Amino acid sequence: MLNRQGRPTTPANDATAVHKTFTGNRALQQIEPLIFEIGSTDQTGVDIDAPAPHHKKLGGLERKNPIGLPGLSEPETMRHYVRLSQKNYGIDSGLFPLGSCTMKHNPRLNEKMARLPGFSDVHPLQPQSTVQGALELMDTLAHWLVTLTGMDAVAMSPKAGAHGELCGLMAIKAAIIARGEEATRKVVLVPDSAHGTNPATAALIHFEVRSVPVREDGTVDPKVVAELAGPDTAAIMLTNPNTCGLFEKDVVAIADAVHKAGGYFYADGANFNAIVGKARPGDLGVDAMHINLHKTFSTPHGGGGPGSGPVVLSERLAPFAPVPFIRKTEEGLQLVEDEAEATKHGAHPFGRMTAFHGQMGMYVRALSYMLSHGADGLKQASEDAVLNANYVRAGLADLMSLPFGNKPCMHEVLFDDTWLKDTGVSTLDFAKAMIDEGYHPMTMYFPLVVHGAMLIEPTESESRASLDLFIATLRDLAIAAKRGDTERFTGAPYHAPMRRLDETRAARSPVLKWTPPLPILEAAE
Amino acid sequence: MRYLPLSADDRSDMLARVGVDHIDKLFADIPRDKLLDKVLPLPLSKGELEVERMLSKMAARNKAASSGPFFVGAGAYKHHVPATVDHLIQRSEFLTSYTPYQPEIAQGTLQYLFEFQTQVAALTGMDVANASMYDGSTGTGEAVLMAHRITKRNKAVLSGGLHPHYGDVVRTLSEMSNAEVVTLKPDLRAKEDLIAAIDDQTSCVVVQSPDVFGTLRDLKPIADACHAKGALLIAVFTEVVSLGLVTSPGEQGADIVVGEGQSIGNALNFGGPYVGLFATKTQYVRNMPGRLCGETVDAEGKRGFVLTLSTREQHIRREKATSNICTNSGLCTLAFTIHMTLLGEKGLRSLAEVNHANAVMLADKLAKLPHVEVVNEQFFNEISIRLKGDATKIVDRLAHHGIMAGVPAARLFPDQGLDDVLIIANTEVNTDEDRDALVAALKEAM
Ligand SMILES: Cc1ncc(COP(=O)(O)O)c(C=O)c1O
Repeated sequence: MLNRQGRPTTPANDATAVHKTFTGNRALQQIEPLIFEIGSTDQTGVDIDAPAPHHKKLGGLERKNPIGLPGLSEPETMRHYVRLSQKNYGIDSGLFPLGSCTMKHNPRLNEKMARLPGFSDVHPLQPQSTVQGALELMDTLAHWLVTLTGMDAVAMSPKAGAHGELCGLMAIKAAIIARGEEATRKVVLVPDSAHGTNPATAALIHFEVRSVPVREDGTVDPKVVAELAGPDTAAIMLTNPNTCGLFEKDVVAIADAVHKAGGYFYADGANFNAIVGKARPGDLGVDAMHINLHKTFSTPHGGGGPGSGPVVLSERLAPFAPVPFIRKTEEGLQLVEDEAEATKHGAHPFGRMTAFHGQMGMYVRALSYMLSHGADGLKQASEDAVLNANYVRAGLADLMSLPFGNKPCMHEVLFDDTWLKDTGVSTLDFAKAMIDEGYHPMTMYFPLVVHGAMLIEPTESESRASLDLFIATLRDLAIAAKRGDTERFTGAPYHAPMRRLDETRAARSPVLKWTPPLPILEAAE
Repeated sequence: MRYLPLSADDRSDMLARVGVDHIDKLFADIPRDKLLDKVLPLPLSKGELEVERMLSKMAARNKAASSGPFFVGAGAYKHHVPATVDHLIQRSEFLTSYTPYQPEIAQGTLQYLFEFQTQVAALTGMDVANASMYDGSTGTGEAVLMAHRITKRNKAVLSGGLHPHYGDVVRTLSEMSNAEVVTLKPDLRAKEDLIAAIDDQTSCVVVQSPDVFGTLRDLKPIADACHAKGALLIAVFTEVVSLGLVTSPGEQGADIVVGEGQSIGNALNFGGPYVGLFATKTQYVRNMPGRLCGETVDAEGKRGFVLTLSTREQHIRREKATSNICTNSGLCTLAFTIHMTLLGEKGLRSLAEVNHANAVMLADKLAKLPHVEVVNEQFFNEISIRLKGDATKIVDRLAHHGIMAGVPAARLFPDQGLDDVLIIANTEVNTDEDRDALVAALKEAM
């Protein structure tokens, strides 16, 4: 029997959990060897004609030894990767409430547009007269980004969020150098709730990290910032909405405190998706903020990338933006690629973040998403994202613990593990049991400011029916944990392609690539 | 709006359930005067057809590489990518998954990363490779920082054959972190004396081969000189196909190998996304930036894969991490590894041979032109020529006639006396007709 939402109303019959197969396969779940175990160095899946006769000009550097790269024929290749794909969970598989990561729907129109030859098959160093449409696309996207954020300029080239952080802090450092204060302004204030990339970025360019404690309500206290900021302060890096899923309600006072001390306000814009069309960082005193196009603007995460992290800049920092940047001229759009050339146009670029011009493939996808939503749809998307997160909060607040009280959150809701106390079930166990129920777990153990964090971000892509089922499932799990049904959790997942993996063993004696097997007796010696 | 499942009724019911009467009550922490009361001045939502029209119009204003003879390289290369690759990377389970933090439901990603790392280690002749960097240039910046950590010195020596954008990335990062960089002059003829530039303070020497002008460099003597002074050799490549035919940097003594992997599996994309390859020796693994995938077993003893050695990374170590990188080039590594699996050693060697043969044929033809000098003695698939006149103007003129002749060296090295130098890449996509068209057009333009 299934109810309206496709949920079994009677427990599954245990008799169906049966015997082992001969192959170890489980129907659609097939054990797939490594390419090194099924391919061979003289197999290939491409047909390439032999080259015309020629005398080599390799100057004695020709390769003499075999490489050791196996090949597979085309059908074998297809099957290998399709089978691998079946061991993966994606947004299209189900609800993926990974807080801070914004696993929203990835429209396929974006994929189609990014593959238009006029975008995908153009070279970054073609004559600029032959890529005016590509520059127009970048310029249009830039216009959307500065309008949505209320900022003055945008540096497009950073390749992901962390790279954007680096770009923003470099612009800040360049501004400090221009003021002649680089010897004294060395400190970056970073709240304890910040993502790891924030302190790592600051340290990378030799800023000293000073941590800012988070107050009782999960936000940063401007009084504390005012105490910590001084003539040694270069900047604060503040995530807003923050990683506890809360809007920093004193953001303006925090910005003022930092500015008063002579520092800059870097905003981590990973959570911009909650406030697009509702508020503009430029109105909140922000000097620089990266935008993860792969979060807020729906470009796919692709199993870990690629991303794109344009950085919007205030008037004070705009002149320091790195090359390349686009300039409007009489003949059309010009990409300024060289620092000396940039200087001619009154800019003072701090340098260059990457070869070429950034993540064009992601720009096309993001703009396709923006044009589809429009200013009205983007605002609606933010509101729905926030509504969905609050709906989940309301549905679970009586069973799970909210470290900062049961009050409205932004696009994600943070629980801690207080409610699991004495159950023998940890946040990790709970997450693994969610896998068995067909869900991707939420973000676990982040942010670090609460114990056993569970950060749930449903995004605006979920329907009400989907949320109802999710809430009901989490409630079942929570009740089961409290009733002492511990094994359901501690041994989970039972139904995933793999049981729990031994991460300690992986780190203790790292095996980071395939090597041919030794005879078993020899290996034992 | 087609991407938003909630209906107006859903919204009001849900608000009631949450216990507020207006959506803005959920935004109450935003200071009142900062909450926008109007929709921002940008276009309103559009149907799929209309968006497709707008973007297609922009795309049509660009000249695609496949629309005519195309010889543009210098860090990104036009290659043929088998149809299988683009189909597979669009499988939802790959495309719409996240970084594999939950390994039980991410074995697809983890296994291909493990295969990718093994392929990259084999190609570069190194012990270990990571799961990718953003691209070759940012990888080079990270390699220099890594060398500083290992040697506890902070001076890098950059070859004049290094792609200047790569050099810029290193210089920017170094300037911002008080490290020293010595950059040799643009080295058109591979005559620079890198060894003389190495001293007791040198942490690393960064050499690209084939270099930005296309010349293959013998890395062995430089590696020996580095090691004699306690410095590391960072070998860089921008054309990974070359490794099918040329002795690997590892065999030549490199300590860290970084490069651009775009040529395999990935489109030109006007400069990104690409995929940075990064490999090193076992003893340096704990100083490496970026994610690593490793083998382990699950609770039933079955082989599986996880992200590992993450105590190097920002999410564990914060300000003590080896790098700030988080999101990397995920799906581009998948494209790379699928294409490499289709090729296999046999296919890669054939592909590399065809690339080289085509470049040799073009070099021979160009050498016969009056006023043209091919500067490279040894090269893979890219050459540089000195010609009569301004290379930028000639390239623009030829582009007008549908021929993309290459990259004027002055675009990469402005004001360095290289105005008459043209960098020309030649891959398997170029036919005899393409080469003849280029040669004829150059002859006429000079
Ligand atoms: C709050 C926050 N800041 C920064 C980042 C880093 O972004 P990226 O992974 O694009 O480098 C992330 C995402 O992982 C994040 O959640």
